[in-house]
Amino acid sequence: MTDQQTYNYKVVRQFSIMTIVWGIVGMLVGVLIAAQLAWPVLNFDIPWLTFGRLRPLHTNAVIFAFGGSALFATSYYVVQRTCHARLFSDGLAAFTFWGWQVIIVAAAITLPLGITTSKEYAELEWPIDILIALVWVAYAVVFFGTIIKRKIPHIYVANWFFGAFIITVAILHIFNSAAVPISLFKSYSAYAGVQDAMVQWWYGHNAVGFFLTAGFLGMMYYFVPKQAGRPVYSYRLSVVHFWALIFTYIWAGPHHLHYTALPDWAQSLGMIMSLILLAPSWGGMINGIMTLSGAWEKLRTDPVLRLLIVSISFYGMSTFEGPMMSIKTVNALSHYTDWTIGHVHSGALGWVALISMGSLYYLIPRLFDRELYSLKLVEVHFWTAAIGIVLYIASMWVAGIMQGLMWRATNADGTLTYSFVESVQAMHPYYIVRFLGGAFFLFGALVMAWNIWKTIAGAKPAVGSIPAPAAAH
Amino acid sequence: MADFTSSFWNWYIIIPTVAGIIACFLLIRWLSTAIKPEDQTKTMGHVWDEDLEELNNPLPRWWLNMFYITLFFGIGYLVLYPGLGSFSGMLGWTSLGQYQEEMDKADSKYGPLFSKYAAMDIIDVADDAEARRMGERLFVNYCATCHGSDARGARGFPNLRDNVWQYGGDPATIEQTILNGRSGVMPSWQEALGGEAGVADMTEYVFSLSGRKADAEAVQRGQEKYEMLCVACHGPDGTGNQALGAPNLTDNVWLYGGSRKRVMESIAIGRNGVMPSNREFLGEDKVHLLAAYVYSLSTGQESETE
Repeated sequence: MTDQQTYNYKVVRQFSIMTIVWGIVGMLVGVLIAAQLAWPVLNFDIPWLTFGRLRPLHTNAVIFAFGGSALFATSYYVVQRTCHARLFSDGLAAFTFWGWQVIIVAAAITLPLGITTSKEYAELEWPIDILIALVWVAYAVVFFGTIIKRKIPHIYVANWFFGAFIITVAILHIFNSAAVPISLFKSYSAYAGVQDAMVQWWYGHNAVGFFLTAGFLGMMYYFVPKQAGRPVYSYRLSVVHFWALIFTYIWAGPHHLHYTALPDWAQSLGMIMSLILLAPSWGGMINGIMTLSGAWEKLRTDPVLRLLIVSISFYGMSTFEGPMMSIKTVNALSHYTDWTIGHVHSGALGWVALISMGSLYYLIPRLFDRELYSLKLVEVHFWTAAIGIVLYIASMWVAGIMQGLMWRATNADGTLTYSFVESVQAMHPYYIVRFLGGAFFLFGALVMAWNIWKTIAGAKPAVGSIPAPAAAH
Repeated sequence: MADFTSSFWNWYIIIPTVAGIIACFLLIRWLSTAIKPEDQTKTMGHVWDEDLEELNNPLPRWWLNMFYITLFFGIGYLVLYPGLGSFSGMLGWTSLGQYQEEMDKADSKYGPLFSKYAAMDIIDVADDAEARRMGERLFVNYCATCHGSDARGARGFPNLRDNVWQYGGDPATIEQTILNGRSGVMPSWQEALGGEAGVADMTEYVFSLSGRKADAEAVQRGQEKYEMLCVACHGPDGTGNQALGAPNLTDNVWLYGGSRKRVMESIAIGRNGVMPSNREFLGEDKVHLLAAYVYSLSTGQESETE
């Protein structure tokens, strides 16, 4: 059998395994820094282990190392399977894998050393940024090259979302990371003042919108119908919500800069576009969940499907909460509080992590020609993850709203009722609950790693031969 | 217009915004046409990866309505509030205007509470328990970050309870310090003292000034250089000079830490102490109350009421 008669599963396997490895690393750092907030002694007075340096390591590890590897793995798998074609270039695909791993290791070294651009979610310094740009362009070539090779005239909906994610992240990364280097480890942003802030949050919010949303919707559109064994609910709904989503998301960044030096007009546009974004987001949720119509009973027996569907529910919840928080009057209370952290984690743990994990439970057995070792353990994973998420986001809602109210409370003479440190003190119990939530979630991920290990130990890699496209009917 | 360098940017904002919202309308209008009942259970006819298919269910009505509501809300908001380039909105709202309005309201409501004390002598204000409580509330929000919630300071930030003053502890001077800020500069002496050995000698001498154990020979060598280099600010007897903010070196109180390492560091590389000005930020009336509160910390008036 020649290469062109099989799918390239090797790179998919590599990224799948690293998704689990980096997920555990990133979540472990997250649990540590959550513990540091509750018990500051855990900073150990060692600069490399302090919260300020480990926090960007946590965000980079979970978003780009864990989420990124999951996106590479699933997009490479999905684009091959739905185009009935091998990846455009095995060499470039291998370059994206090894390049991405080098970037992750470089991040894990430089961030604890305090080498940072200080732009949130774009902390890595310029030499690493250049490598990211190179890997990303190679990724685009492999992905779109495969699309061009497709054997089916229509491009499957999952690929629209993967494609939009790849193109937009390239643009966001290159423009936001534009900088003037002054040494190997230090550069200054190409933008100044409020322009810099606006470019940063145009990037920052679309890292959420395209990296953490569009890409994972691509995942949803393949793995949910596959696992459910049902057709996608509505083609036209996918058309509407795709175009509306990618149009609207790109405007939403200014809601991170309400009541700042950003001009009023930009703040207003950020707010109304964030509100308009509610319907396109929910379009994805509806299409994902309603794909199950006619197969609801599978939720009782299939814990993998349950992971996927619960993740879509969290997606719906976070994308309702987000537009609400972008309303200026709500934002005046929520901004700078732990409510934001809770909101992010209902998306990150509930949506991004669960849909990735559900997809991997589907994917990995097929990459190794094995049955999943234990569905019982998936059940355990599901419940520990669910309990962890609820503990995390509920504690951060209470903590965040309490912070917001404490910060704005005034005495009869107009002075502030609480000093800042009193609001910090009031957070202590909630920080402990949040730490427990994170620990639960991490435990679930460890159960998954064990389950996957038992599934693939000693297994031979599966050979994916390319089937002939089914005749349209 | 102030935000834009030319009217091009104005239209650059307006056109894509309006066109985008209209496009959303057209998109959902176009795809919300009815679907024949017999087509509702049919797939689109494409099959990917052996069994992936798509139905073509109609857009849910409630979802469409929600979409329309947000679009109409957006249009209404853009008519009323700034958003479309330099069009300032029919309400004439600006964030700066809202801030000014809220500040004016607060000033007229709370201003009299503070101005009541402005005419009083600081010593009398410090005797008023209510005034001290107001001062304390200001202190924990604006001063505690550096001086600590208990006002006992931290390394580099003076303790306000020990009756040791860099610039003087009389009420008027305290008020001046808070109003205008201070900038305490100790230059670097490493070179002038002939390197690390010279710094070490000077440290021994400084230790001897406050009666700490010190090496006699080093003290001798340090004293010779002290009389040339340090007397101008710290005085011949080492008691400092409050007009310059030069600390008293004989009281065994160490603003930047009293260990040998810290004192050597102070001498070798110098120090820059900055107290910011609060005249613009808090206004004179509030500073007056704060001065009274800080003054009361060192006189014991505070503990009388507690």
